[in-house]
Amino acid sequence: MSLLREEAVLLDAEVSDAVEAILLSGDLLVKAGYASEEYTYAMIEGFQNVGPYIVIAPGIAIPHSRPERGAIATGFSLLRLKKPIEFGHEKNDPVNLVCAITGIGNNGHVEMLQKIATVLGDQRTHEQILKASNYTELSKIITI
Amino acid sequence: MYILSVCGMGFGTSLMLLMDIQAMAKEHGYTVDGEASDLGSAKGKNCSFMVASSEIASELSGESVPVISIDNLLDKNEIKEKVLPIIEKLSKE
Repeated sequence: MSLLREEAVLLDAEVSDAVEAILLSGDLLVKAGYASEEYTYAMIEGFQNVGPYIVIAPGIAIPHSRPERGAIATGFSLLRLKKPIEFGHEKNDPVNLVCAITGIGNNGHVEMLQKIATVLGDQRTHEQILKASNYTELSKIITI
Repeated sequence: MYILSVCGMGFGTSLMLLMDIQAMAKEHGYTVDGEASDLGSAKGKNCSFMVASSEIASELSGESVPVISIDNLLDKNEIKEKVLPIIEKLSKE
């Protein structure tokens, strides 16, 4: 079974800034049962405190927070932005994909991160995700 | 050799980076010890070198050890090209 749940996916969302994008990606985690609302605020707090380093690769942001800040299960959400948004990263802006990540236990989130990294680290996969027209197509691309 | 991988919170991307580096080093016959750290606690810590995303690395410019800056944390080639030479150099010392 894919870890990518339909409730955790939103395609071509229109947002006005990075915080709104993180907020939406967190809402998806809540809908999919991966986290409580507290987790969303913890992700925003993290972004505001330590900045845009969550943009780990060109076009890709991975908001996350500590498991004890409201994570319920290990998972991730996928938010595709209609118009790319500046997160303030010198090299990797603008962002078109926001993948919020949750994990439980000491290493759950890192396992999740590594899985996501394998998928998104492939340039071709990234392009396919940008072109996919619905969840069914996405679930064939993201098979973790 | 002991390395410090640094990210904003010290438990997500830094851990991922550390594991990537350890796996890459192992492939080339080196053993690298290290820990993941958040930016605040990384400053002034004793280690052979630090590695961080470019955003974080610019905050570590005052360190006495080398700081390696990675732009794309998902690009294993960039990590290898930047980190392997310093591992090789330190292993000879």
